[in-house]
Parts: sequence; C-alpha cells; structure tokens
Amino acid sequence: MKRGSRWWRAGLLALAPFALAGCGQDVLVLHPAGPAAREIDRLIILSVILLLVVIVPVFALTIYIVWRYRDKPDNRAPYTPQWTESRALEWIWWSIPMVIVGVLGAYTAKTTFALTRPPESNSNVVTVDVVSLDWKWLFLYPDQHVATVNYCVIPTGVPVQFVLTSDAPINSFWVPQLAGQEYTMPGMALRLWVQADHPGNYYGHGANFTGKGFAEMSFTVEARSESAFRLWAQGLEQHAPALTDAGYQLLKKPGVTGRLSYGNFPKGLFDQVVWQDGGQYMSGMWGTPTMGSMDGQSGSNLASLGGGDGR
Amino acid sequence: MATRAHAMGEPRDGGTRALALEYTHAEDRTRILGFWIFLATDMILFGCLFATYLVLRTHMDGGPTPATLFDMKGFGAETLALLTSSFTGGLATLSMRDGRQKSVAFWMSVTIVLGLTFLGIEASEFAHDAFIGAVWQRSAFLSSFFTLVGTHGCHVTFGVLWMLVTLYQVLRRGLTPRTARKVFVVNLYWHFLDVVWIFIFTVVYLTGMVM
Amino acid sequence: MTSGFLQFANHYLMWNEGPLIWISDALIVLAVVAIVATLTYTKRWGWLWREWITTTDHKRIGIMYLICALLMLFRGGVDALLMRTQLAFPGEHFLNAEHYDQIFTTHGTIMILFMAMPFIFALFNIVVPLQIGARDVAFPYLNAISFWLFFFGALLFNISFVFGGSPDAGWVSYPPLTELGYDPGPGENYYLVAINLSGIGTIATGINFLVTILRMRAPGMTWNRVPLFTWSVLASCIVILAAFPALTVALALLLLDRIAGTHFFTVLHGGNPMMFINLFWVWGHPEVYIVILPAFGVYSEVVATFSRKAIFGYKSMVASLLLISVISYLVWAHHFFTMGAGADVNTFFAIASMCVGIPTGVKIFNWLFTMYRGRIRLTLPMLWTLAFIPNFVTGGATGILLAAAPEDYQYHNSYFLIAHFHQTLIGGVVYGMLAGMYYWWPKMFGFKLDEKSGKIAFWLWNIGFYVCFMPQYALGLMGMQRRMYTYPANMGWNTLNLASTIGAYLMGLAFLVIVWQILYSIRHGERDVTGDPWDGRTLEWSLPSPVPEYNFAVIPTVTARDMWWAAKYEGQMEHVRPRAEDIRDIHVPKHTARPFLIGLSFFIAGFGLVFEWYVLTAVGFASVLCCLLLRALEEDDEMVIAADTIRQHEATLGRV
Repeated sequence: MKRGSRWWRAGLLALAPFALAGCGQDVLVLHPAGPAAREIDRLIILSVILLLVVIVPVFALTIYIVWRYRDKPDNRAPYTPQWTESRALEWIWWSIPMVIVGVLGAYTAKTTFALTRPPESNSNVVTVDVVSLDWKWLFLYPDQHVATVNYCVIPTGVPVQFVLTSDAPINSFWVPQLAGQEYTMPGMALRLWVQADHPGNYYGHGANFTGKGFAEMSFTVEARSESAFRLWAQGLEQHAPALTDAGYQLLKKPGVTGRLSYGNFPKGLFDQVVWQDGGQYMSGMWGTPTMGSMDGQSGSNLASLGGGDGR
Repeated sequence: MATRAHAMGEPRDGGTRALALEYTHAEDRTRILGFWIFLATDMILFGCLFATYLVLRTHMDGGPTPATLFDMKGFGAETLALLTSSFTGGLATLSMRDGRQKSVAFWMSVTIVLGLTFLGIEASEFAHDAFIGAVWQRSAFLSSFFTLVGTHGCHVTFGVLWMLVTLYQVLRRGLTPRTARKVFVVNLYWHFLDVVWIFIFTVVYLTGMVM
Repeated sequence: MTSGFLQFANHYLMWNEGPLIWISDALIVLAVVAIVATLTYTKRWGWLWREWITTTDHKRIGIMYLICALLMLFRGGVDALLMRTQLAFPGEHFLNAEHYDQIFTTHGTIMILFMAMPFIFALFNIVVPLQIGARDVAFPYLNAISFWLFFFGALLFNISFVFGGSPDAGWVSYPPLTELGYDPGPGENYYLVAINLSGIGTIATGINFLVTILRMRAPGMTWNRVPLFTWSVLASCIVILAAFPALTVALALLLLDRIAGTHFFTVLHGGNPMMFINLFWVWGHPEVYIVILPAFGVYSEVVATFSRKAIFGYKSMVASLLLISVISYLVWAHHFFTMGAGADVNTFFAIASMCVGIPTGVKIFNWLFTMYRGRIRLTLPMLWTLAFIPNFVTGGATGILLAAAPEDYQYHNSYFLIAHFHQTLIGGVVYGMLAGMYYWWPKMFGFKLDEKSGKIAFWLWNIGFYVCFMPQYALGLMGMQRRMYTYPANMGWNTLNLASTIGAYLMGLAFLVIVWQILYSIRHGERDVTGDPWDGRTLEWSLPSPVPEYNFAVIPTVTARDMWWAAKYEGQMEHVRPRAEDIRDIHVPKHTARPFLIGLSFFIAGFGLVFEWYVLTAVGFASVLCCLLLRALEEDDEMVIAADTIRQHEATLGRV
C-alpha cells in the first residue's frame, strides 16, 4: 500500500490550500453579492457536483486497479489478457457522460439566457457608460450627468446596466462579486447587467491584457442605498469640476491616474467614442448612428446599441 | 468508353500499358496523393481569405466601392484567359497520356502565355486602381480585396514559373514517368487555381457589381 | 563611430535595459563558443554536417526535434521561473512591466509552438515508420525541410529577446493591441514571422505523415491492425492540415497591417479585430488537440505494454480519436465567450465544448480497463501515464466548468484559466511526451534511461506541479487576473502565490534531474541488446536498437494487431524475422544540404520582414526559389545500400 498512501498524502497536500481558500472571504467568486453573480455561483456548484460523479469513480478505480493488478510473482488477482471488449461497459461510459453533459448543458443554456435579462424587473434602471482607457476606467452617468474615473457608485437593489466600450485596446470589465465579466471593445457598445444586494465596496479589475499599465487597471464599485446614491450624484454635479473635451483627450493619453470625479461631461461623448472612425467596423451594418437595436431582451447580456440620443 | 477511360489514365489501346505514365511508379503515385492533400490545405487557406473578404467587404469607410472598381471588360477578359489556359493545360495532360512530347510542349507553352495574359490584365487593373487612389491601405474592403485576389495572383505567378521549369524538363528529358508526374501535378495546381478564380469571380466581382 | 555603435547597441541590442539582457547575451555567447570549441576540438564538423545537418533519415530528424524540444522546454521553463519569482511576493519589481510582458508572451509561444510541437514531431518521426513497417516516411526530403523550417522559425523567435525586443502582447497577440498604434517595434513582427515560418514546416509534416500512414503500411496492416499511436498521429495530422492554414492567414494579415498599412484588424478605416480573434482561435483550439492526440497515442501504447494486455476497446479508442478531431473544430468560440456573441451562439459553443469531453472520458475508462486484470509494471513510462490520469481528469473537469459559458464569465482570463490549461497541457501533453521519450529512448539510442534518477524527477515534478497549480485555481476565484506583472498586498493572494512559486521551482529542479539522468545514462544506462527492452507489442520492437539506417531488412507481413506480440507468443515470427534470401538492395534518399539552406534562406527573408529591411527579404526568397529550382531539376537523389551489406549487418546482430 506504500504507493497508495503516497498518493493520498500528495493529494491532500495539493487540495489543502484550495479547500481552505474556498472558505475565506477573499474568494470573491464564491461569495456573490448580487443576483447575477449568485446565478453563476449556483451553476458552479451544480457543475462541480455533476463532475464529481465522474471524477470520484475515476480516482477510486485508478487507485484500486494499480494497487490490485501489480506484476508481482505472488499476485493472485485474475489475469485475463484476452478480455479486451465489453459492450456493456462501453454503453455505460459513453452514456453516463452524455447524460451529465445533457443536464449541465440545459442548465448552462438557461443561465446564459437569464443573464441577458435584467436581474429583476424594475423600471428604475440606472445606466452607467464605461470607457476603458489606457490605463484607467472612465464612468459616465448619462442620466445623472456626472462622471468618475477608477470608481463608480451604484444604488443597491436596482438593476444597473453598464454599457461598455473602449477607447484603447480590448479590455474586459470584471467585478467578480457582482457579475461575470464582459469585454470592452473599441467601436462597439456592449451591455452588462449588474445588481448589488447590499451596500459595500466591490473589487473590480480589467480582465484582458492591454499593455504596460494593465496591472494598474483596478477600480471599485461602491454600492450605496438609493437615496445615498442620489445624494452623491447631486453632490458631484454641484461641486465637482466638469470633464471637458480637452480633459478627455488628456485621460486618453497612456498613463495611470487615481480616482477622479467630474460634475459634468460633454453631451454625446460616449456616442462619439463608440462611433468615431465612422462607427468603424459596424458601419456597414448600421448605416447611421440612430439605427440599431435597443432590444434589451435580445441576445446576450449585452447588446450592440445604436446610441444616438445624446449620451 | 475509351475516351473517358483514357482521361482517367487507363490505356487507350486497352492493354500495352497498365496505367497512365504518371501512375506507373509507386513513388509518383504517392507524390500525386501528397499534392492533392496540399491542395486541400491551400483550399482552406483561400477559404479563410474568402471569409475575411465576406466579413470586411461592406467596410468601405467612405472610400472606393466595388461598383467603382470592378470593370466587366477587365475581369471578363481575365476570366477568359485563365479558363482557356486551364483547358489548354488539360490538353497538355492528354497529350502526355498519348506520349506526344511535342504536343505537350506546345500546349504547355500556350497555357503559360495565357497565364501571363491573365497576370498582365490583373496587373494593369491593380495599377489603375492605385492611380485612382484605391490602394489597400485605404479601407478594410480594399485590404481584403487586394489580398484575396493578390494571393491568387501570386499563386498564378508561381504556377507560371513552375510550368516553365516543367516545360524545360519535358523538352530536355522527354516523357518519363517522372516528367509525366510533374506535368500532371503542375496542371492539377493550375486547375485548382482556376476553380479558386471561379469563386473569386462569383463572390467578389459578380456580387460586387450587383450589390 | 562609438556613438553610432552605442545607438545601435541601445536600440537593437537593448544594452540599456539592464542585467537580464546582459546575462542573456553572455549565456548565448558562452553557449555558442562552447559548441564551436567542442566541435573543433573533437574534429566533428564533418560528422555534424554529414550525419545530422544534411540527413533525410526520419530517425535522425526525430532526434533533432527531440533535442530542440528539450532545449525549448528549458527556455520556456526559465521564462516561467522568472515570472513566478516576480510573483512570489506582492509589489515586486525585479522585472519591470515591459520585460514581464515579453516573458509571458515568449513563455506561452515557446511552450506551445516550439516545445510541444517539436516534441510530438519527434515521436512522429521516430516511431511511425517503424510501427507501420516502412523504411522511411513518404517524403523524406520534405521531412528534412519541415525540421529546418521549424528550427529557423524557433531561432528567429528566440533571438528576439536580445535583438530588437520580444513580442509583448501575449501568446494570442490580439489586435488592436498588436497594431502599430499600440505596439510599435519589431517584437510583434518576430512573433508573426517566426510562427508562420515554422507553420509551413508543420503543414508539410501533416501532409507527410498522412500520406505515410495512408500509403506505406506494411502488407497485411489493415486499418484494423494499425497501432493506436499511429492512429493518433493520423488524427493529429488531419487536424494539423485543417487548422494551420487559418493561423497562416491570421498572422499574415496582421503582419500586413503592421508593415504594409492595411486595415484588416485596425480600429480605423473599417478593420475588425474580432476577425483576427476568430481566425486565431479557429486554429488555436484544434492546436491543443493536435498536441494531445499523440499523447493519448503514447498512453495507449504504454498502458498496453506495461499491463501485458492488449488495449481495451480498440474500436472505441479509434472512434474517440476521430470524434475528438472533428468536435475540436466546433468549439473555438469558447475562448471568447465574453466578447459579446449572444446567448444563442455562446450556448451552442458551450454545449459543443462539453461534448468534446465525452470521447476523452471514454479513453480514460478504456485505459483503466486495459490495466484491469492485467499485470502492471511500474516503469518510468507507466509512472508518467498513471500520473497523467488524475491530473488530466481534473484538468478536463475544470475544462467542463469553463465550457459552461456563464461560469466562464467569472473564470475567463483569471488564474483559474491558467491553472486549467497548464493542467491539461502539462498533465496531458508533457507527461505523454515524457512517457514517450522514456519508452522509445532505448529504440533511438540503444540504452535505457536510469530508473532511479527518473523516479526522483517524477516525484519532484508531480509534487511541484500540484503545489504550483492547485493554488492558482483558488487565486482565480479570488479575482487574480492573468498577465499582471505584480499584484497588491491587500487582496489575500500572497500565501498562495508564494506556494505556487515554490511548486514551480520544484518542477525546475525536476527538469534538472532529468538532464542529469540523461547525461548519466549515456555512460551508465542499461544497454539494450535485444531491441525489445520492455517486451513490447508493436513492430518497432522487432528491430535492433538503435535501428539501422534501412529500418527493416525485409518488410514484414502483418497478420494481426500487435504484430510483434503475435510473433513472439502466437507463432507468427516467420512473418517478421528477415530471411537472408529475401534481402534485396535498398534505395535510400541521399543526404542533401538543401533543406538546411532553404531553412536558412527563409530565416534571412523572415529577418528582413521583421525589421522591414526588404533587401534581405528579397535575397532570402530568391535563394528559396533557387533551391526549389535545383530540386526540380535534380535527377539522381537516391543511393543504394547493397543487399550484401545488409545481410552482413543483420548477421552480426544475430538476426539471420
């Protein structure tokens, strides 16, 4: 059994940090704080359980077989070198995985489509336009007329649609505790539904490599009660300086900034960013900027937006 | 039918040769199979270029459009030249099966001349495009157009050079199983380029004119 | 003069960038001097040229691929250790961001394209002709060209670090980051040119081995009797041929964007970066199956031999190989679920990606049931195979997790993803390559590799592997992104990163032990005098070790699966053992310098493309055309090994 026990020791050693880490509050993905992240968490748990159905027997079989059928002179286990086919066994190990894939596939489809819809139906949707830059995040609030850099504030209990684009290489917007990530693509606008249950500061980071300063692309999502959110926005609008076109060009320059807040920003700035370069590679399909679907129920948890209403 | 069997490499007279010359040696048969497989990879290569063209062909960025660029006379003449050259290449292969060296040389020369004609027309088309500012740096549509058609043109150029070298060998060494295989393979390549051109003609030029 | 030289040194040689560059330069110079000195001192220049550089013998070519793969494993491993050293502690700046970015780019590119690919090609070359009873591959000259194209592509890529700068946009090299606007300089060009250069060789290898297996099997070797390793090579070649043209196009178009100003993937003037991403992954996903399928083939051979039992479910195993090849083409979008394709598209690719796990799982069960009621011998190849099972099954399971698109929205581009693909690539591919190397080493060189040091390396590697990569699953779930050159101290990532670094160093140590094992075994390894050190089952074990140039004195007739086993234990020996009266003259291809020269010419042309010095490009391509012309006009490219010579040789080995 010497070899077997070595396997167990090595296995425990390997699993220990993983198992222990799963408990800690730092494991953001497994501590969802919003409905979208919770849906994903449920799928994770389901899929791990389904996979253990396969993994545990495989591990057990491996250990048993290696232990029992060693080529030792005194081994009296059966030796049947002619037995090389079994229809029954083939049926089992082709069909059980198919069933598992069927079940997991069905739940995956369900969740994938669910994430394209707002987490709950609520007419109080807040919109935040996001522009990823080198190497900072710009948040524009079209309805509240304020803007921030490297942090954003959202109200709790309300669906927030983050509309994502990039004025820099392709990045990805990721707040692990609130939702899955979504790419920010230059020349496109993609929507991500996010909702926070409770007030708190949630860690966010860029999730697609954009060059030298990529490691600095962290940001915070601060969830506050609805009234606190409104107060905050009003406060900025009244007291914070405005973001001008020149100011935006400065932000576009490669570099790292800290947190910034603005009380206003040029009307249509987001649209301009998305549609610059002639609406770039979407132009042939969209015609003019006012066309395009705004159907929030279609497709993914993101939709290509036609824009054009002065954001 | 004797003619069809003849075209497939079987002997016309029904007995003196078991197989067409290029299939008589295992080594040559193997090389022909290898070349068919290479053509499959080349087909996928062109497939990717077609896919890129299909995605980017509406992205003209306000620049020249297919309608402004494509001239029916020009691509009509190119097509005529290339398709005919494929036919004459086929005649060369048939002559080879009959063992008629001079005929092979003649038809290959005609094929080469027609190939050069195709290239000449294409070059002048590109030159004209450049003159009116339709260069491949202008827009995604132009980048993908010139790359797709240009890659085909590079293949044709290489094919012309290849045919010249093969022609030289046929003249110098006569028709042996080896030179027969070389004639067969270069003509296979040539027919392939012809098929690709038919797709280019349809997907790029005809649809471009109609869109 | 000196200021001009200093400018050159700083710009191209990057001497102003610090010790990493200087150390690399010094090591390269030392290595070159050492090699030149050794060859001169031992008067082996002629031998090197005659026996290796101009060879067309598949066995020699295979050994050259193997040596290159091990060297690249070293280089890629050093890259990994540099990264892990940086990440051992938060806030480290031993590597600045730019160097770190170059290092993770070269690490990934080298490991996949210049380590895993040559490793599988080494096994293709060494084993396939011997297993099918052939004298060589279908196109030996082309085979040599494939090797030299790979060699010079790898060389071009490797010199980038010390001349001009390495690519630094990740091994996937997405635009618009890799367009000139965000990434000027030769670094990215090196990537695009070097990979395409070696890619041409890869396509040629695919054609070569496909035709070899289709056309050159020994008489009587029907498809039902083909060994599973050869089947896996067949499947891998089909995938190579369908996938590599897409990579060629993707990289060529991006190169045009960078050096000719076109707009395929730029943000300006109508370009579409998503086109690159699609083309790249249409190649990229099949690529990982290209490398894993031969590893599966190795496992099939090893499990059968060291369980003293024929492989369980042969037909099922063949079907699953071919199914995996086909399904691998239907899953590529799972690499960019988060790019906004839509729930319907994402769902399709999610389910397809899960499906590819089904035939893979079938193989695991078939291997287990081959061992069941067999007699298992724990030799080094078998140890690596047994270690593969739990490792790859776990890695495959996390692959299914990643396939579920919504989960991927959390795992994508995090350390969870890194842990998954390292587990499948190391636990699946590298373990398979090591098992294959240990299994067929005696056939190549005539001696076995030392078991004891091999076992030490095995345990060090396995423990190191789990200590390195299991924490990374946790790190991904804790929000740690990939490609970050450093990380903050307040995220709770510190201990796990340190653990991961320790594991990496253990694997590095294991590699050193393997190197020592090889050097030690050259002198002291157990000699293989029978040609069949493992009591093998397939035809390669019927030949002496090392194998003579002509492989089989008489081509065997195949009457059963596992023909050598049938010969030894089922009375079929007369079909395999050569008889003196059946020996004839054998024609083999002559040695030729042209494959090497073609490779060198492409290197020069490629170098010119990287720096946009088009004179070099023109010269290089002209030289290629010359070589092609010379080959076309070549009449006499074979030489004869006389029947008497063969008879004598076989007699001295006691075989006739």
